[in-house]
Amino acid sequence: MSEKFNIDSLADLARIRLKKEEKAKLTNDLSKILGYVEALGQLNLEGIEPTTHVAKLENVFRADEVKPALVREEVLKHSPHREGNFFKVPKVIDQA
Amino acid sequence: MNTYEPVIGLEVHVQLATKSKIFCACSTKFGSEPNANTCPICMGLPGTLPVLNEQALRLAMKVGLALNTTIAKRIKFDRKNYFYPDLPKAYQISQYDMPVCAHGGLTIQPESSGGITKQIGITRAHLEEDAGKLLHEGVKDGSWVDYNRAGIPLLEIVSEPDIRSPEEAYDYLTRLKAVLLYLEVSDCNMEEGSLRCDANVSLRPKGESQFGTKVEIKNLNSFKAVQKALQYEIERQTEALEQGEKIAQETRLWNDMQGKTISMRSKEHAHDYRYFPEPDLVPFTVTEKEIEAVRRALPELPQARKERFVKNFGLSDYDASVLVNDKVLGEYFENCVKEGANAKLACNWIQTDLLGALNERCLSFDQNPITPKHLAGMLALIENNTISGKIGKDVLPLMIDEKKTADQIVKEKNLVQVTDTKLLEDIAERVIAANPNPVEQYKSGKTQAIGFLVGQIMKETKGKANPKIVNEILQKKLS
Repeated sequence: MSEKFNIDSLADLARIRLKKEEKAKLTNDLSKILGYVEALGQLNLEGIEPTTHVAKLENVFRADEVKPALVREEVLKHSPHREGNFFKVPKVIDQA
Repeated sequence: MNTYEPVIGLEVHVQLATKSKIFCACSTKFGSEPNANTCPICMGLPGTLPVLNEQALRLAMKVGLALNTTIAKRIKFDRKNYFYPDLPKAYQISQYDMPVCAHGGLTIQPESSGGITKQIGITRAHLEEDAGKLLHEGVKDGSWVDYNRAGIPLLEIVSEPDIRSPEEAYDYLTRLKAVLLYLEVSDCNMEEGSLRCDANVSLRPKGESQFGTKVEIKNLNSFKAVQKALQYEIERQTEALEQGEKIAQETRLWNDMQGKTISMRSKEHAHDYRYFPEPDLVPFTVTEKEIEAVRRALPELPQARKERFVKNFGLSDYDASVLVNDKVLGEYFENCVKEGANAKLACNWIQTDLLGALNERCLSFDQNPITPKHLAGMLALIENNTISGKIGKDVLPLMIDEKKTADQIVKEKNLVQVTDTKLLEDIAERVIAANPNPVEQYKSGKTQAIGFLVGQIMKETKGKANPKIVNEILQKKLS
């Protein structure tokens, strides 16, 4: 239906599985959202710098100092799989 | 046959030498226990906020200025979205369209170029965070993840596709690394992953201006590997093109053991990273004043040091290059000269005998026990004819092994050169009498026969005769 996006590749990128009726509903919803945002396209933006952030802030730095967080055990405890101090995940190897 | 021209571009990831990570206060120390250097920010837990490490930006600016790039007045960060277990947030904070540095260059001069220099353009250099490390070896039914590297500050330096041969690629990397080491922005340790390189290579018919289909090569663990992988890939693509095949745009992994590249053939989701501005980080502006302050604080760089060595010390372009490509070596040389050593003599002795002797003992230059003062002392003994250069070659290794000065060794082993003309004349007469054949040859015009006679005198004096005086005596006696 929409040529602006491909619902299958979007679902793939988001790692979600969609049923046929969900695809139709989401395609419809997403089209509406895009249409809503496209209203911006009618504005004349000549000479206006793109906004990169909505907050009126810039140059927020931290000094290069080390502060140990000591949360390893906490985080590992919440991991579905661990081995020693490593997280364990399904085999991911890209090689042929 | 050689009708194709390779077009090569390099992407170098260099770890910036900060104490803490780019967006959080975790340590960047190498070799820590797995996942010890992690916190809610680099683990990507909800509700956390990254904040830019000011030192990371400063180091990036140093590199940018050293590579003659323009430092952006306005800098922003972006999210690069993809799923992979080494990426806790499922996005990497990187820079898309407003990188810190853009449009620079680096001058290369490969050994095979016969001294001709070439400018390799630098497209851009941007800041980003590193991902975690996956371990597969020895792990049963799965992979281990260590997030200590996640959030380590990296500068990705992207070259223009200006490189035309594996030798140029190697030279570019060597010189880039030298610049980074001079700047002290990274330890550039490839084994520890502080310096990594990916190469893009395509072929096109000579004279063609359009690029061919490029292949990206990953898993390049040394500069030599980059050179070998490019050589292999150029041959592979040449063969394929000659057989009328099409080159597939793909990522290939270099296998150093097998000496070939292997297609990754992964189900790549046609790179769709959906970059968008990182809302957790505010933009940054850098003033001209700040840029100038960083520029003024830049140290002398390899190119400038090389030119100075040529100009001030009369070294050849090649010798100066060798000395400056390694920061420590160049400094050592200069300190020897400061200690009174003759520059050319010092240059020769460092490059051949000293490096050779260290190499034989499997010592790195950092482990060189001879101080500049002591090397200068040894060279002074040669210059003032206390010992011959030949004896010097025996003394130098002893200085390493026995950790003594040349003076001590020469005295202990009684190596002082024989310059006693009377004594040498006596020996020369004996040698002439004992070797009528070479004497005859010399007299009949084969002047190189004198070498044999010099050798005999050297033998009699256990190498201690002053060769110059010996030559003079022989010439006089045989004329």
